[in-house]
Amino acid sequence: MPADPRTAFAHRRRRGAELFLLLLALAVGIGAYAAVGLGVEGTTPTDIIGYGGWLVLLVVAAHVTVRFTAPYADPVLLPVVAALNGLGLAMIHRIDLAELEQNTEANTFARDQLIWMTLGVLVFVAVLVLLRDHRRLQAFTYTSGLAAVVLLLLPLLPVIGREINGARIWINIGPMSFQPGEVAKVLLVVFFAGYLVLHRDALALAGRRVLGIDLPRGRDLGPILGMWLVSLGILVFQRDLGSSLLFFGLFLVMLYVATERPGWLLLGGTLFAVGAYFAYLVMPHVKARVGAWIDPFGTEYDSYQIVQGMYGQAWGGLVGRGLGQGDPTLIPFSYSDFIVAAIGEELGLTGVMAVILLYGLIVERGLRTALVARDAFGKLVAAGLAVVFALQVFVVIGGVTKLIPLTGLTTPFMSYGGSSLIANWAIIALLLRISDQARRPLPDLSGPADDDATAVVMIR
Amino acid sequence: MSELTLMLIRFAYLAILWIFVLSAISVIRSDMFGARIEQTPRAERREQRRAQKTQRNRPKPAKRPRGAPTHVAILEGANAGETISLDDAPLLIGRGSDAAIRLDDDYVSTRHARIAASGDQWFIEDLGSTNGTYLGSQRLTQPASLQLGSQVRIGKTTLELRK
Repeated sequence: MPADPRTAFAHRRRRGAELFLLLLALAVGIGAYAAVGLGVEGTTPTDIIGYGGWLVLLVVAAHVTVRFTAPYADPVLLPVVAALNGLGLAMIHRIDLAELEQNTEANTFARDQLIWMTLGVLVFVAVLVLLRDHRRLQAFTYTSGLAAVVLLLLPLLPVIGREINGARIWINIGPMSFQPGEVAKVLLVVFFAGYLVLHRDALALAGRRVLGIDLPRGRDLGPILGMWLVSLGILVFQRDLGSSLLFFGLFLVMLYVATERPGWLLLGGTLFAVGAYFAYLVMPHVKARVGAWIDPFGTEYDSYQIVQGMYGQAWGGLVGRGLGQGDPTLIPFSYSDFIVAAIGEELGLTGVMAVILLYGLIVERGLRTALVARDAFGKLVAAGLAVVFALQVFVVIGGVTKLIPLTGLTTPFMSYGGSSLIANWAIIALLLRISDQARRPLPDLSGPADDDATAVVMIR
Repeated sequence: MSELTLMLIRFAYLAILWIFVLSAISVIRSDMFGARIEQTPRAERREQRRAQKTQRNRPKPAKRPRGAPTHVAILEGANAGETISLDDAPLLIGRGSDAAIRLDDDYVSTRHARIAASGDQWFIEDLGSTNGTYLGSQRLTQPASLQLGSQVRIGKTTLELRK
């Protein structure tokens, strides 16, 4: 009956559904904290009221902000993120407790992580309040591209750059260290989206066909080659496999989304294969990662971390040891890169599947936002953010579960790491902003329908 | 803490986790199918309730003499069954979005006709419509006075004044 799809399909606000899911997410986060206390010490932790109250406060602040500044935004993103963050916090707290048991002087991370989460929520609120229309970001296309490159170069500078565990991706600001690459990925998405919106026609239509594949013109290859070089540069100078893979993959997918031409994927895939093979031959640490992946139980390469992670997950089995019952300190860095292995140990395959599914939901909502977005820039930004998220989760969880060679990346929202947490909260705020714009009903501009359409009664 | 309690806690926590995952999925599902088509019965009811409320809150307009018409009823056509109050007169009838009586009828013009009061009398006036406005069997060429119960035909729609 209603022919006009715009009036026929109107999204609801769904803020009530969001609140309901947020309550469940709080149950997930605070429940994990309580279960950890019960498992480790036999009683609920004494500070659960304060801790739970703080989480509730953060979640309510985020929810109220969404209610007022983005009433039509997607109802699922925020609760899923809150649940993942809460579970990650409880897990880090659990590993802290285990470390303290062995050594009372050990570093603890849970408190820092809670502070970072608070900052993350503040950034989330700030993005939603200050950025009322994501299209304004399009004006900062080249600014954000430049800022991203500068941020990526910062760790290479002599004084503030810092090398931790072989990768030079940190900078020191006073007592804190920060990974600028995490912020750079958001800026790069904005840059790619702004660039591709303007140039996608040239990239998509000009070019010739070779062997049934549309190849782009030589001059259009400039940016993709540049991006390839940047990724390789990160790989060579910062020895950071994960970020290099992330940035290149992001660029390729956004190019494909913008131009709808699979030729780019083929070309980029070839370039990636060439670069990866070259890196494997030339760079010893890449070779070591691949070697440890192919033969983790061999003695040739150092694969202690992967093997410990695998033992932990195997011990966890289908339903896990129970929170507080495992032994996650045996896995090096179980509080950051390997947190999924620790979850596999204590919550089992059932828990890891839930976590992966939650990540899948975030990606799905991001892509759905891209689909319903009304402007090309918003579409590209949403798709890019979803892809960056998906790639990061794939790379790190794939590495931990030995699906692909291990590369260092943080597990979004769960790993210990302030820069990653803040950047990911900003990503979610951007996605909510775009989805609010996309799902908001169109203003009624139809005006009076034209009179021509009136059917004429035939009079004999 | 006994083994059994720990096991119960473990399974209870996994259950909470999965309940959360499944509710998130069900919200997504309802978001997909629950996107409302304009004027679902629920929305309609809500609108009616709102209309009633505004009617109740509005101060009664100057008392009309007893026996005067109070509303227009649509008898036939796509919108059959609707009634529109005469309080907001003059009323524009048409297919356009600015019409007070909006008819979903292909044979109705955007701005088709007008119902207006002059003193105690109600008049209907054709606004140069394509297919004309009929009072009984007469096509209107000039404003005609409307009596209670006299049927007006506009396109495939018939309406009349009621008390």
